[in-house]
Amino acid sequence: MIHRECGVLKTSYQADMALYPLPIARWTVGALAVFFFLVLPFSVHEYYLSVVNLVSIAVVGAIGLNILVGSTGQISIGHGAFMSVGAYTAANFAVRLDWPWPVNLVLGGLMAAAVGAVIGMPSVRIKGLYLAIATLAGQLIIEWIINHVTWISGGVQASIEVPRPRIGGLEVASQREMYFFLLVFVVLAIVGALNLMRTRIGRAFVAIRDHDIAAELMGINIFRYKLLAFAISSFYAGVAGVLYTYFLGIANYEMFQIVTSIDYLAMIIIGGLGSVLGSVFGAIFVTLLPIVIRYVMETFGGLVFSAADVRNIIPNLRLIAFGALIMFFLIVEPEGLNRLWRNIRNYFRVWPFAY
Amino acid sequence: MLDALDWRFFLLLLSNGVLIGLMYSLIALGFVLVYKATDAINFAQGEFVMIAGFVVVAALHLYGVPLAPAIGLGLLAMVAFGFGLERAVLRPLIGRPIIAVVMATIGLAAVLRGLGPLLWGAETKPLPLPIPDEPFVWGPLFVPPIQLLGAGVSLLFLAVFGWFFLRSRRGIAMRAVADSQQVAMAMGIHVERYFALAWAMTGIVSALGGVIWGSLLGVDVHLALVGLKVFPVVILGGLDSIPGAIVGGLIVGVVENVAAGYIDPYVGGGTKDFAPYVLMILALMLRPYGIFGKRIIERV
Repeated sequence: MIHRECGVLKTSYQADMALYPLPIARWTVGALAVFFFLVLPFSVHEYYLSVVNLVSIAVVGAIGLNILVGSTGQISIGHGAFMSVGAYTAANFAVRLDWPWPVNLVLGGLMAAAVGAVIGMPSVRIKGLYLAIATLAGQLIIEWIINHVTWISGGVQASIEVPRPRIGGLEVASQREMYFFLLVFVVLAIVGALNLMRTRIGRAFVAIRDHDIAAELMGINIFRYKLLAFAISSFYAGVAGVLYTYFLGIANYEMFQIVTSIDYLAMIIIGGLGSVLGSVFGAIFVTLLPIVIRYVMETFGGLVFSAADVRNIIPNLRLIAFGALIMFFLIVEPEGLNRLWRNIRNYFRVWPFAY
Repeated sequence: MLDALDWRFFLLLLSNGVLIGLMYSLIALGFVLVYKATDAINFAQGEFVMIAGFVVVAALHLYGVPLAPAIGLGLLAMVAFGFGLERAVLRPLIGRPIIAVVMATIGLAAVLRGLGPLLWGAETKPLPLPIPDEPFVWGPLFVPPIQLLGAGVSLLFLAVFGWFFLRSRRGIAMRAVADSQQVAMAMGIHVERYFALAWAMTGIVSALGGVIWGSLLGVDVHLALVGLKVFPVVILGGLDSIPGAIVGGLIVGVVENVAAGYIDPYVGGGTKDFAPYVLMILALMLRPYGIFGKRIIERV
């Protein structure tokens, strides 16, 4: 991840597949763990922790989408809808049956996975543009069903209040407690995705992305693995949706509209397709972008524009910056922030020497 | 209010659907033109329409230009925009995976949706055309003149572009480009120039769509939502077929109006946005290349 290495000196497959190729990698992970579990939560204000919490939820969702789009090569514009499936499943179980949050979380993820697999069915017959449009249709249809079937959503434009999650006797209420709650799932999501890509399933995904016909000839059951990719990705989305619901305390379909799907696509494109670290970078970037724009405009915008203008500029500027960044990264750096990070790392690998 | 089971109610929904459907066809035509010539997918079609509406309205209200020159200005601006867009964004993406083009146009859509209200204000602005407001009444039918005009313009342009592709030299060259870029290049066709031309033609169609839909709905960001109807239309009709755009538009217009007329009272609205997509899913399963589309669909 962050360490420097000098040359490839592996002599066995065992060494090549090791999770920690060098001792320093182990220390890096240890240092990161100390930072995120001990330093960060106790050194910053609750407001910043709430921003970090938003990033955490986005990280879980983005990693999920990246498994589908980046690693398996199937486009999905329905990620937001899968999140809403998870969110409403958990909210309904929490409110109607008063079930504890771990059960709701798993059920939300599984329900999203099931729905995702169904929406992914067309991927067996069609690909590329057609798949993009089919998942877009899935997004709009799920959105409509959740909004208009009263049994699920409690009425058109309504939202469901969910109780705060409880661990033992402790209720997760403050942003700091929520931070630890979410951090566990971020770690699980990252470790899960990293390990998934080392397994047979992960390799099959990459084979399908790189050349579907060749993959089929090598004995990979494309139908099964594509659906599996949709299911795993949607499971992540569903979990992210449940986490978001518990974070906000309400389930509301407005949080999961088509804009959300596009946000997540932007995250993985800006961050880097097919890379877990890229998903993290992208999630951080896309979540912070509107916050930074708002902060800058509210602080300095008043110097140039009137207050009414500033209120008009902020949301529009966010959209423009967002769209422009997507196009910029696609044209100039298709591998995203992850590639920039690798370039920096490679530069320092042999620093201060040129080669 | 007419009784729901009355045949006149059905006829009213039907006629309304036909006219609205033809207006969808006009916007879908913009999508088809680009796809036919360049194989690129334009997820920003609705935003094209919106930004054209914004240009015309801004010329009318902010700068006091009369209507006809304002529409001319909108056309010019959209043609220039089409050329510029092709050069700056689409050309670098030639030969890249399809998701790159899809995402680039999604990014473009976000930029346009921010740019319109940023430059010309977020409030809904009317775009009055010099036609009567009172609907024509023929027996049970109520036909708003704006819809009639929209349908007329759509048919006219569908015919013009149909002729262009079938008979004109440039249109035939463009079809050659669409068929095989390499062979077209070998035959001395300047492929990039035709790509740019296709985007400029989409600009023209979008400008007209912006004027007509803008005068029907008023011009603000929500005008871009019209673009969401493009996908069911083109999937039903076939992505690369101009007659398909007409037929698809008619089907979508009729289905959404009839469905909304009969289902909306029971579910609290929104059927119009929902029904076309259900239809599209069915079409994708049964006949993904559409009614008139080329039968090239890769199965894996």
